[in-house]
Amino acid sequence: MYPEELRYTETHEWVRVGDNVAVVGLTDHAQSELGDIVYLELPAAGTEVTAGGEFGVVESVKAASDLYAPLSGEVVGVNDAATGDPALVNRDCYGEGWLVKVELKDPSELENLKTAAEYKEFIGA
Amino acid sequence: MAKAIKTPLYEKHVSLGAKMVEFAGFVMPVQYTGIIDEHLTVRENAGIFDLSHMGEIYVSGKGAPAALNNVVTNDVEKLKIGKALYTPICTPEGGIVDDILAYRDADEEYMLVVNATNIEKDFEWVAGHLPRGLAVDDRSLETALVAVQGPQSELIVSEALSEDLGEVHYYEFIPAIVDRVPVRVSRTGYTGEDGFEVYVDAARAAEVWDVLYDLTTGIGGVPVGLGARDTLRLEMKYCLYGSDIDEGTTPLEAGIAWTVKLDKGDFIGKGPLQKQKKEGLKRKLAGFVMVDSGIPRHGYDVINVDEKGIGRVTSGSYSPSLRENIGLGYLDLPYDEVGTEILVDIRKKPRLARVVETPFLKLLAGK
Repeated sequence: MYPEELRYTETHEWVRVGDNVAVVGLTDHAQSELGDIVYLELPAAGTEVTAGGEFGVVESVKAASDLYAPLSGEVVGVNDAATGDPALVNRDCYGEGWLVKVELKDPSELENLKTAAEYKEFIGA
Repeated sequence: MAKAIKTPLYEKHVSLGAKMVEFAGFVMPVQYTGIIDEHLTVRENAGIFDLSHMGEIYVSGKGAPAALNNVVTNDVEKLKIGKALYTPICTPEGGIVDDILAYRDADEEYMLVVNATNIEKDFEWVAGHLPRGLAVDDRSLETALVAVQGPQSELIVSEALSEDLGEVHYYEFIPAIVDRVPVRVSRTGYTGEDGFEVYVDAARAAEVWDVLYDLTTGIGGVPVGLGARDTLRLEMKYCLYGSDIDEGTTPLEAGIAWTVKLDKGDFIGKGPLQKQKKEGLKRKLAGFVMVDSGIPRHGYDVINVDEKGIGRVTSGSYSPSLRENIGLGYLDLPYDEVGTEILVDIRKKPRLARVVETPFLKLLAGK
């Protein structure tokens, strides 16, 4: 449920880093708590995001919830498949339901994120 | 805050894997499989709901019909025995204390079904506004309520009762037996579908739930939580107390003028309501569909194209049946007119919406 190779935020985003580009998504815990996700508002490619800053919104039937950037950098990819079919995030939050790709400004920020074990402890899983 | 109350069916929900939330002082299932699936299954087949958080207040005694008629805006004096009626209770200013169902059990006996959030307030209000000689009895915690809603509900409930329900029309009720447990069954609901509500002694609720649950799921129906209950009622523009209506809104503004019988005798709130009707409304609860992206939510501002405030969203959601984002809100006249373009301020971005006819979903409830 919480892949070891990912890093996590307290605001329930996950990060997968490779070649200085981080893929960002929503954790299984978050998608499950939100329930049926019906709307995603994501930044356009080229947008600068700051670690801890809002970068988008996820809405389930029940509620709207802000998305926070795990790391600072420039958005270099947006998952249009997920904005077109937000239920992808429910079905495959670590795969097809990824949200954005961010080119890292400061890879040392990764150290501020939680490991899978730390995240699991944080959510009491 | 007092500890949240578990309904007699709490264990059932937990063992079904429901996500439980606190609502109006009760621990309630918000969803089992998922809101969209539960919603669509009710529209196409059937769903079973635990509504034991709702309150039941009994009023009886000599002169009860006339006395109660003074407390509610609809006409419970004319109500026939064996029938139920939807009615607001209003403040002297015409604001809504609660919206309730009144069941007439006998000449001088009624059961009032009230919103969970308002049980204590209503009990005090009703008791305080009735003459001393009448008995007012809050049996909310001893009474459980299980609803079966959807096009297949008659099949399910008639099977459970071993009784033909063809003669129980919309808003009628009968005493019946489910597996040796006495119940009250009414053809009522909050979904817009044909459906039944089954009142039972809390101590025996689990037995009745089991029978209805097995019959419901046996034909592909599902248990339904408060999440889908909200989207189902919203598509029908049924008001939710605390969101769409409260003491600051009147039944006329809320579009339920048919529940206000200005031609019956005196009742609490009559003067201001009569005046409001005569002078005309300044705002009205209207339904709208989002044209731009984004989901309207309770409390969001509504503005016109000149960015002037014209109202506020009271309810909003993604509509599983329409696959659109829909909302309700009080809009200053004449912005409530069907076809009017309005802007909903969603996260500081005005987004286009259009006022539409309500109910959003055209259904013929009941029979």
